[in-house]
Amino acid sequence: MSYTEIFFYIFAVLSILFALLTVTRRNAVHAAICLLLTFFFIACNYVLLEAEFLAAVQVLVYAGGVVGLMLYVIMLVRKDEADEVRQSLGQRVIAVFIAILFVLEIAFISLLAYYGNYSGFLSSKMAQIGGNTESIGAVLYTYFLLPFEVVSVLLLAALVGAVVLAKNRIER
Amino acid sequence: MDVLMSDILTALIRIIVVFALALLTVAYLTYLERKVIGHMQVRMGPMRVGPHGLLQPIADGLKLFFKEDIVPTEGYRLTFYFAPILCLVCALILFAVIPFDAKFMISRLNIGLLYILSIASVGVMGIILAGWSSGSKYSLLGGLRSAAQIFSYEIFLGFSLMGPLMIAGSLDLVKIVEAQSVPFIVYQPVAFVIYLIAALGEINRVPFDLPEAESELVAGFHTEYSGMKFAYFFLAEYANMIIVSAIATIVFLAGWKGPILPGWMWFLIKMFIFIYFFIWVRATFPRYRYDQFMRIGWKIMLPLVLANIFVTGVVILFIGGY
Repeated sequence: MSYTEIFFYIFAVLSILFALLTVTRRNAVHAAICLLLTFFFIACNYVLLEAEFLAAVQVLVYAGGVVGLMLYVIMLVRKDEADEVRQSLGQRVIAVFIAILFVLEIAFISLLAYYGNYSGFLSSKMAQIGGNTESIGAVLYTYFLLPFEVVSVLLLAALVGAVVLAKNRIER
Repeated sequence: MDVLMSDILTALIRIIVVFALALLTVAYLTYLERKVIGHMQVRMGPMRVGPHGLLQPIADGLKLFFKEDIVPTEGYRLTFYFAPILCLVCALILFAVIPFDAKFMISRLNIGLLYILSIASVGVMGIILAGWSSGSKYSLLGGLRSAAQIFSYEIFLGFSLMGPLMIAGSLDLVKIVEAQSVPFIVYQPVAFVIYLIAALGEINRVPFDLPEAESELVAGFHTEYSGMKFAYFFLAEYANMIIVSAIATIVFLAGWKGPILPGWMWFLIKMFIFIYFFIWVRATFPRYRYDQFMRIGWKIMLPLVLANIFVTGVVILFIGGY
């Protein structure tokens, strides 16, 4: 087994372990910490795949930003209430459906990568030509410009929506 | 196999040298800070332990090491232990990518700057968790303030580095330094000033040390901490101060470049100018109020820094390069 493989299995096992802990912890803050570690170990696997830029953004946005904001909200919940809060949203059917959809999607992608030539747009060879960051930037602003702009507009709409909601509450 | 072993060995030696020096510098920064502020306030600073108090950091370290380790009954034990460790680890592993010289660094990443920003954003989670897990109102308020403060100032910190990055055309710290025949402070004065202010906010230093704010929140997020766990927060704070100064040196002052003296010496000189600046600021300014602090960020710094990125982009487009 090569070193890369050994590290891959270590990171993979740890990310699955912490992902399981995330959904089983009763305390919301502990779940958030486990989520943080899950994101971190997934980022480690990105590094092994030579996607350094993606790994750094994963840690910056998900581990640093999203989990941080989650913690910010969770911290405002009182301790004794947080322990007694109901853990299920009663959406088991939808959850199972989405989970099956995800499994199928991942299986589909792995099959494509295994049998076909669809090993991803940014292969490690491409990264060697101009570096990871450069190639992502180049592809994002040429080939994927329209989806990128659509996503930006969507996020802007969410931002404006959040401001409107918050403002209404202040004025009342 | 031999090549691999020697690679690992050189890497190990570099790691040991950098970390030993970093921790020693961190310990003596506390001494430097007390001395400098002491003299600025016409006092002597620490004088008792050793000549001119030179052994004071060691005495402090020993004292903290042997202090009783207290966990509040209201607190969450595991998180309470986890928080300071997260803080310190995240502060120390940032040293891995700092190029002290053209050749001397632990590891060269092609996303060096992004790595620093991302790990630093995880490090602040330690402060938030410390505030929550202490089970005390003052700590919780400190943690909340810290969260709001750091999420907003992280944005300005990242954006202020964007201008120099666009000129350098790389996230690699070594390439950023190599791109500077003239230090970027000349091209990017606005970004430099905003970086310094945002850095003060990011590392919780005095005018912006609202999470600690001893006059309102006792000691903020580390009110309940004692002994070595408190020392971890302390070390992390000073390690972050070094890192922030090192990034300022690399991005704005051309890193190790300079005449006559060897590169690492230039790097250290420039870095200590920034560290001295941070200490100086602490002795000079009073603490900002919370709303003032947020107003400076969102209403003054954000438009300025966005305008800076825009102008830099336009100038690069017309003058050349890309």
